[in-house]
Amino acid sequence: MSRRTGLAVGLASLLGAALFPLLVTRPTWQNTAILMLMTAQLGVAWNILGGYAGQVSLGHAAFFGTGAYVSTLLSMRLGVSPWAGMLAGGAVAAALSAVIGWPCFRLKGHYFAMATIAVGEIVQALVNGWEALGGAVGFSLPFTESGLWGFVWGRSKLPYHYIALGLLLLTLSVNWLVTRSHVGYYLRAIKDEPDAARSLGVSLGRYKQIAMMLSSALAAMGGTLYAQKELFIDPGSTLSTSLSIKMALVAILGGVGTLTGPIVGAVVLTAIEEASRIGFGGTGRGTDLIVYGLLIVVIAVYQPSGIMGWVARRWPAPGPAPTGPPAAGLAPEAKPS
Amino acid sequence: MSAPLLQVERLTKRFGGLVANEDVSFSLGAGEILGLIGPNGAGKTTVFNSLAGFFPPTSGEIRLDGRPVAGLPPERIAALGVARTFQIVRVFRSMTVLENVMVGAMLRHKAVRIARRLAEAALAFTGLDRRSHEAAGRLTVAEQKRLEVTRALATEPRLLLLDEVMAGLTQAEVQEAVEMVTRIRARGTACVVVEHVMEGIMPIADRMVVLERGRVIADGPPRAIASDPVVIAAYLGEEYRAPGP
Repeated sequence: MSRRTGLAVGLASLLGAALFPLLVTRPTWQNTAILMLMTAQLGVAWNILGGYAGQVSLGHAAFFGTGAYVSTLLSMRLGVSPWAGMLAGGAVAAALSAVIGWPCFRLKGHYFAMATIAVGEIVQALVNGWEALGGAVGFSLPFTESGLWGFVWGRSKLPYHYIALGLLLLTLSVNWLVTRSHVGYYLRAIKDEPDAARSLGVSLGRYKQIAMMLSSALAAMGGTLYAQKELFIDPGSTLSTSLSIKMALVAILGGVGTLTGPIVGAVVLTAIEEASRIGFGGTGRGTDLIVYGLLIVVIAVYQPSGIMGWVARRWPAPGPAPTGPPAAGLAPEAKPS
Repeated sequence: MSAPLLQVERLTKRFGGLVANEDVSFSLGAGEILGLIGPNGAGKTTVFNSLAGFFPPTSGEIRLDGRPVAGLPPERIAALGVARTFQIVRVFRSMTVLENVMVGAMLRHKAVRIARRLAEAALAFTGLDRRSHEAAGRLTVAEQKRLEVTRALATEPRLLLLDEVMAGLTQAEVQEAVEMVTRIRARGTACVVVEHVMEGIMPIADRMVVLERGRVIADGPPRAIASDPVVIAAYLGEEYRAPGP
């Protein structure tokens, strides 16, 4: 795709996303659209670390949950506006990511991914057993202050739709700024050849950490939005490993290391999930996991560079600059050297 | 007298019971080219990895302008002005040639625009500029080696470590590489060159250090090395013996 076509598709998608809840009034459809936006935001946030830097995290729910719990606790205990809680959640998640990153970044490739699974599980177990954090029961958020300050709306879902869209745009902007700065170049270099990057003066620890802090802070902001929208949080809904896998999966499905890939992945995955939920109803618990498993196998076998990789090959960019092979797939070890 | 640019003192590196380098000492002045030769397994690449910070030496010291640097991590060594290439090429395959070199330039210039300009200049210097927008993974091996040199030069090093940049190249490509190294020296950048290709290294080296089984067996100007019976027995064979005086 040429730059102009890409821009046109992007603007059309933005317009469509902005107008959708005004044109489609059925609550289920509206809710699905919000889910898509929220999932896309998480995928884009995950992609900064997992896609560009190639550090596959399967524990990102820990950061999402941090955002949900920090803003909820601040608002319930201290009456802090969830907007401020959203920023606080992002800051706490970034700090937490620094603590986690320091030992985990010593591990390479699959071992890093495994360590992040462990971290996710530990955080989940910790909250499950911690009464002050609501334990396994979780919290129902008080429905007191409706409106902008309270970040709660009862009657209409519209505000959530636009907040989700705004958060997605913010996350995309951060992602774009990263790719435009030396940090983005360094992350791609680290993903391709970490030793060569070091020999050129790139501190692996520092730049992986920058990516992880941005990625986790943005995922935490998504967690606050989730808490305010659902008005109920517990470890199962905000800290589960399947949520971590989902964040990774939308990015991988859409195309790791591309700006818009995770959005495409989120739309496709959410559509499949919602369809299976409607199709199977209450008996379909766990079908989402089957779908994840199936998708992982299909992507790994047929399309390691995701949907955007397929698009890039189907409609190659014209112009004097021949494009290289599509963005390298998920695991840096998996490519031929 | 000021300290030489690089001074290696009794460098020893063991991997478990295996002694890869033992008491290796040599030094290098600013702007000089030092050839590091020896049979396979002699420990040349281990010396390189110690110099570049990839292996902390077991004992011994490495000084850069008199400053001890042994044991510093690669990124710190790079910041101090030592750049390297890899024996088995490690270009950033999914990035373009220009982007590869920009990563090097960013060591001194974080602004992307300035890094791009400097990278373009470096590519023009090594003659890779017409491949700038190609994905690095698509270059030939000779071009990838040249890209590694360009990328290393973009870090503005005082000392460049070249690990077999001529191996596997055709005669014509070796000549191009020789010419490139000569021009790098003309810029004032010192080089340590690990090489098996004798017709590549002999004419350009100011001095040669010969390693065998981890130890230095000879150190001197190329002509003296080429007629040294110890070196001929250990490595060169009769073919490269310099005619006597």
